[in-house]
Amino acid sequence: MATSERLVITSTINGEERTFLADSRDSLLEALRERLNLKGVKEGCNNGNCGACAVILDGRLVNSCCVMAAEIEGSTVRTVEGLATPEGLAPLQQCFLEEAALQCGICTPGFLMSSTALLAENPAPTDDEVRFWLAGNLCRCTGYDKIILAVQAAAEQMRTLKK
Amino acid sequence: MQALRYARATSIDEAVRMLREGGETSRILAGGTDVIVQARERRRVIDLFVDIKHISDVMTMEYDAQRGLTVGAAVPLYQIYGDANVQRVYPALRAAAHVIGGKAIQGRASLGGNLGNASPAADSIPAMMVLDGVAQVAGPNGRREVRVDAFCTAPGRSVLQPGEFIVSLHFAQPAAHSGNAWERFIPRNEMDIAVVNAACALTIEGDVVTAARFSLGAVAATPLMVPLAAEALVGRRLTDETIAAAGAAAKETATPIDDMRGTVKQRKHLADVLVQRVIRAAVEHARAN
Repeated sequence: MATSERLVITSTINGEERTFLADSRDSLLEALRERLNLKGVKEGCNNGNCGACAVILDGRLVNSCCVMAAEIEGSTVRTVEGLATPEGLAPLQQCFLEEAALQCGICTPGFLMSSTALLAENPAPTDDEVRFWLAGNLCRCTGYDKIILAVQAAAEQMRTLKK
Repeated sequence: MQALRYARATSIDEAVRMLREGGETSRILAGGTDVIVQARERRRVIDLFVDIKHISDVMTMEYDAQRGLTVGAAVPLYQIYGDANVQRVYPALRAAAHVIGGKAIQGRASLGGNLGNASPAADSIPAMMVLDGVAQVAGPNGRREVRVDAFCTAPGRSVLQPGEFIVSLHFAQPAAHSGNAWERFIPRNEMDIAVVNAACALTIEGDVVTAARFSLGAVAATPLMVPLAAEALVGRRLTDETIAAAGAAAKETATPIDDMRGTVKQRKHLADVLVQRVIRAAVEHARAN
């Protein structure tokens, strides 16, 4: 008879060490939403196609529906909740608002995390590079153009901030 | 998700023991991009995941101009296509790794997983086949080597015995004046499963092909070697005619099915076209070497 187990997991979530209970059958998506109440992480397809649940795990973009919660023991996870600071929204979040790069918004946390990972690796991407990088995130509302504009606007702001 | 347990192995012996104790419903967890979805959708009965990503042999990649390339079974794709030696020496592998899934998949998915999953349309398997890939396999009876071109036996099935798993994949250093290439056809720009994919590795002396290997994906129940295409080319000068003859041999060899991604007729045509393209790309790579 198949069983699952209760696990105590310790990892760094959005810069803070957290210890939480999870079930060994939980995906990272389920643990983030149900155990840690991080509801910014969205369930879209739950099979790795849509990118709505994308988070940054140990510096790499992953779909949290395709990671087991038990795997993140000792790891570092960043979700959309970790983007803004007490001073305000991150440049990507602000630019998504200003460029109207969202309508219904369910894909937005995934796009923000994918874009965050992109700009960390490539601060000055071409439009083609943005599109290639974001190909694993699906959006039914925007038609994508405004998302590309928002990412490029944020990239420019972030480059200026660095100077 | 079906009820299952999770165990983290820190050595190959420990993983073998965990798989043995877990029995036939235990399963290796590498990048999880196939197997977690299969467990969730109950396409496989799994009650134990054995995570092998904390075993160093499984997670490291090594290249040496004499010994060639060894890639740990769970090394994520982004590390493979981002590696300068892979780009220079094994562009077929680079090309396949670069278009499997989106970035969030490539942060986790691996060659060992793609091979173990044994899909007939797997993108990396034809590339590994023409590059003479050999899988290092560990299991209850010790270690053994399995050639990638003899690995898959049916959709989702392979020669792996219960309790066995892939530790790493090895690719020999290609001979001088060799080149390799991989291409696929999908009806969009990105993010799709191959209608057909094709790979070629060849060696040339001037204009004459002295060795060639071809493989096709998504045209049979397993990724397929195409010896007839190699016969059409080896010992001959590279001309439009000999290249077309290799393409025709590929078309002849392909035994595809009609499904939602393509028809028999389209797939046979694509086998022809893609084989001709990978020949030209591999020749270009060989000449640049």
